[in-house]
Amino acid sequence: MSAEQDVVVLGTGMHPWGKWGRNFAEYGVVAARAALQDARVAWSDIDYLAAGNTMRNGYPGYVAGSTFAQALGWQGIPVSSSFAACASGAVALEAARVRILSGKADVALVVGADTAPKGFFGPLPGERPEDPDWLRFHLLGATNPTYFALYARRRMELYGSTEKDFAAVKIKNSRHGVANPYARYRKEFSADEIAESPVVADPLRLVDICATSDGAASVVLASADYAARLSDRSRHVRIAAISTVTPKYPNTYLDMPDIATDSAVGSAVPELGFRDSIAHAAYEESGFGPEDLSCAEVYDLSTALELDWYENIGLCAPGEAESLLHSGATTLGGKIPVNASGGLASFGEAIPAQAIAQVCELATQIRGEAGDRQVENAQVGLSVNQGLFGHGSCVIVTR
Amino acid sequence: MATKRVPALEGFFREEDDGTARLLGGRCVKCGASFFPMQWSFCRNPVCEGAPLDEVELSHTGTLWSFADNQFSPPPPYPQADPFVPYGVAAVELTAERMVVLGQLASGTDTKTLSVGVEMELVVEPLYETAEEIRTVWKWKVADKS
Repeated sequence: MSAEQDVVVLGTGMHPWGKWGRNFAEYGVVAARAALQDARVAWSDIDYLAAGNTMRNGYPGYVAGSTFAQALGWQGIPVSSSFAACASGAVALEAARVRILSGKADVALVVGADTAPKGFFGPLPGERPEDPDWLRFHLLGATNPTYFALYARRRMELYGSTEKDFAAVKIKNSRHGVANPYARYRKEFSADEIAESPVVADPLRLVDICATSDGAASVVLASADYAARLSDRSRHVRIAAISTVTPKYPNTYLDMPDIATDSAVGSAVPELGFRDSIAHAAYEESGFGPEDLSCAEVYDLSTALELDWYENIGLCAPGEAESLLHSGATTLGGKIPVNASGGLASFGEAIPAQAIAQVCELATQIRGEAGDRQVENAQVGLSVNQGLFGHGSCVIVTR
Repeated sequence: MATKRVPALEGFFREEDDGTARLLGGRCVKCGASFFPMQWSFCRNPVCEGAPLDEVELSHTGTLWSFADNQFSPPPPYPQADPFVPYGVAAVELTAERMVVLGQLASGTDTKTLSVGVEMELVVEPLYETAEEIRTVWKWKVADKS
């Protein structure tokens, strides 16, 4: 796709992550107003609103698009509401981008906000044996951290990773997060503190696993034509690609919330596994490759999973993530800082907001406005995550 | 005390007389791929265009893909026990079907003795008890080599 066809990020806004206990719409409106102010665009100028849905607030939560439109003040504009679990924000961004690229909108607001429950995420009440998410909890007690632990143990067995490697991810991300005013935890963790943290799902400790948080993020997207008409374009950055791919059959890697994979009998296993394919599609669309990245925001649901992502987005070969981490390359000041925002380790997860928050961070870095966590000369940034039920999410942001 | 053993959910597995488990799945009449649970009545392989599945029992042995040891009580619908009993979870690749199936680890399994690639077999064990019945589930156990 050529630069003329890219959509432009005019502004970003966030509500700090935390456990605030208020309605998700309150956070979303704070983030949306901040994004509009940052973009110097009035709410009345917005001609499309796309939102990432929350599942946690009952009926109004399911229709997030109109909830935010109502909360900001009805304007009669069309809205959409996307649910793709952790990838919801990327799907909302894509809805806005496609609307703009089709010529049906000039400037769109994208919002994601959540009020998270305490402790483990669990399925909604009721008895639904046909729902894999219900099944895995009822029959197996397979929580999200159980899956993270399975992936972490697999890494230890295949590549010799250790708990110390996982702790090094936490130390890095917690150090990064200290400099982020939107992060929930702004405290640097030491190796000793991590070693004292209780084991939740062996081999992972409580501090290896991301918390569940309240928070909100928003961006204002515009067509290249609309952006070109604005007098000050110095802070504009572009969306070079959005990937929202699903797996290819047969998916032989155990993904949440399934209790079994596809069978490799009867068909060829795809060359790229699902997680590899998520960034691959964004590289294909943008023309960028891993070697072009200045920084990356990857979905560190667990410390160990961050290491998997290094390999999935092509920063290194399988089994080499620990070496890359210990070389300092992925730390601020290194060649390719990862999770300069502090990542989920510092934020905790506010599901429908998280993929949008990742894009806010990339835009802030590329604008050169990240302050004490600034990646030097950031030009191209990539965010990646994966949502339950087979949702990929990857966004590439550039000048 | 309850003595009658009943699957916690019908249609997912069957218990043999020797206490081993047979998973009840589906097998595509066209491509031969297996599915567990059956979930739908048709094959998910896109080239099969929804070919029907035969109801089959899947093989009950495989190799360990990964494992985890849970130390915190999960939320409902996991049966809540007081006191909470920690439990392991194993992902095992069925050799014949070339698919990974999740299950709890059999009680008493020491995860420190496990490693990826170990041969595992399916057994049936209690998941929880009601006043009248022992509700059971399939679990993975290190294969008895004797």
